Amino acid sequence: MILVLAEHRRGELRDVTFEMLSLAERISKESPMEIASLLLGGERGFIDKLKDFCDRIIFVDSPELKNYSPEPYLEAIKKAIDATSPKLIMISHSSFGMDLAPFLSEKLSLPLITDCVDVSLKEGRLATLRQIYGGKIFSEIRLKPYERYLVTVRPGTFEPEIREKRSASVMEIPFQAGTYKRRFLEYIEEKIEDIDISSADIIVSIGRGIGKPENIPIVQEFADEIGAVLACSRPVADKGWLPKSRQVGISGKTVKPKIYLALGISGSFQHQVGMKNSKTIIAVNKDPKAPIFNIAHYGVVADMFQVIPVLKEKLKK
Amino acid sequence: MNIILCVKQVPDVTEADIRIKKDGKDIEKEDLEMVINEWDNYAVEEAVRIKEKYGGKITVITLGDEESEDVLRRALAMGADEAIRIDEEGFEGSDPRGIALGLYHVIKDLPFDLILTGAQSADMGWAQVGVLLAGMLNIPYATLAVQIEIKDKKVIVKRELESNTFENVELPIPSLITIQSGINEPRYVSVLGIRRVRKLKIEEKFLDDLEIPPDKVGEKGSIIESMKLMPPPEGKGAEIIEGSIEEVCERLAQIIKEKGGL
Repeated sequence: MILVLAEHRRGELRDVTFEMLSLAERISKESPMEIASLLLGGERGFIDKLKDFCDRIIFVDSPELKNYSPEPYLEAIKKAIDATSPKLIMISHSSFGMDLAPFLSEKLSLPLITDCVDVSLKEGRLATLRQIYGGKIFSEIRLKPYERYLVTVRPGTFEPEIREKRSASVMEIPFQAGTYKRRFLEYIEEKIEDIDISSADIIVSIGRGIGKPENIPIVQEFADEIGAVLACSRPVADKGWLPKSRQVGISGKTVKPKIYLALGISGSFQHQVGMKNSKTIIAVNKDPKAPIFNIAHYGVVADMFQVIPVLKEKLKK
Repeated sequence: MNIILCVKQVPDVTEADIRIKKDGKDIEKEDLEMVINEWDNYAVEEAVRIKEKYGGKITVITLGDEESEDVLRRALAMGADEAIRIDEEGFEGSDPRGIALGLYHVIKDLPFDLILTGAQSADMGWAQVGVLLAGMLNIPYATLAVQIEIKDKKVIVKRELESNTFENVELPIPSLITIQSGINEPRYVSVLGIRRVRKLKIEEKFLDDLEIPPDKVGEKGSIIESMKLMPPPEGKGAEIIEGSIEEVCERLAQIIKEKGGL
């Protein structure tokens, strides 16, 4: 059996759950086995949403499982594993799975490969594909033989669709909460301090290639000139050179402008998740191997500071 | 507040052209500059800020070769008090658990209130070692911290989630926290600053001293049977616009006008 841990937050099932179920379907084509969703806490309505995607739903309900915390989740997952004896357990490589999966690996002695962009099972042996060195290199991994494997799957990698509709049976497992050392307190949503970049038609976005904060006015002036808003990738917001509300990516904003002009952005997957659905993506980067060129429609291998003044002139005409 | 800080040295590949070694197991590192892992640098700064506010001692630990002493000296220059290097001999080919085991066997005998690590590394990016270590030490933890507040023997950690959302969680002391980038602005480290700590002794530990069964670390202890590195598969990719800057910008301007409705 493949056991997919459903991910939900604040009353919503997250897309990555269905992405993992679609990957599970593909794996089960090669190695026939049942697909199960494990739902911890959350709402009963989630069961209907998951039903078509799997053969079984294992539901563990408790107020302690409503908001994620590693200790009660460990106990509930251990019960689910004991009840179903899965070959492969899948969790998302999100803020949730990054926190939980290594803890499960240690406490339940599960061999773990994190942040997979592909997973296969052949003759009971796990193989995965990962990206390393910021996406510049791929790494194909074959594991030693184990009874059970745990993987985390990179969000946004698989389409959240399945080929064959299933009809899941539901199994509930009772749960008695214990006492825990870590306590969930509250969710916080960051206020937008200035403009909302997600509604812009044209976005000029800067990355590490901006070099120093003194260079930002050059790009700001260019953006103003062509009626674009200025956004950035993580390194620029991390350094505090632009507010966090301007950050495009998995932890920041998702944008879909008509034009996304990426200047000096290498294009980590975290960034790509936030902008890959832009209608036209243009990337300017000195490094011809920057991952951004894989998803851009047009690319220029050059120094952004050579391009900006000339392009500004051309657009004035 | 006594803090243990785990850091790692990584090759800087942000602007480098990476070449894969012939055996496909690693990249060519000879021409690459070795630097402190970006997330760990934020962790060092956070530790120093906590020490400045609450007092205590910072012990910085790395597992690496002799060259990786550089990241320890850098942390000492930023404000750490003591440094330990676990020699990597015997640990080559370890999976994240093997590395965490090495750290565990040194840390279990040290007194501490908090352990800080980077949330992940810029090279392999497993994002596992910190949490594995917390599990081995049997202490609570929280990952991806973007703010840490200490109040009455409790720690409030603000974790970064997705889509501009965060959560606050409460941990007792002692506990382990992994640090997300952007949590602070790491201070500048001058050459003079590093020179000043040049003579501070770095304690060295070797696998033989640690009572770790040798088959638990290195390739033998790893869950991985084989790893093959390769360049990214050629996707559809961008249409690369070539020519002089004039020609390139002429074409870009056309595209922007046409697609952007300018």
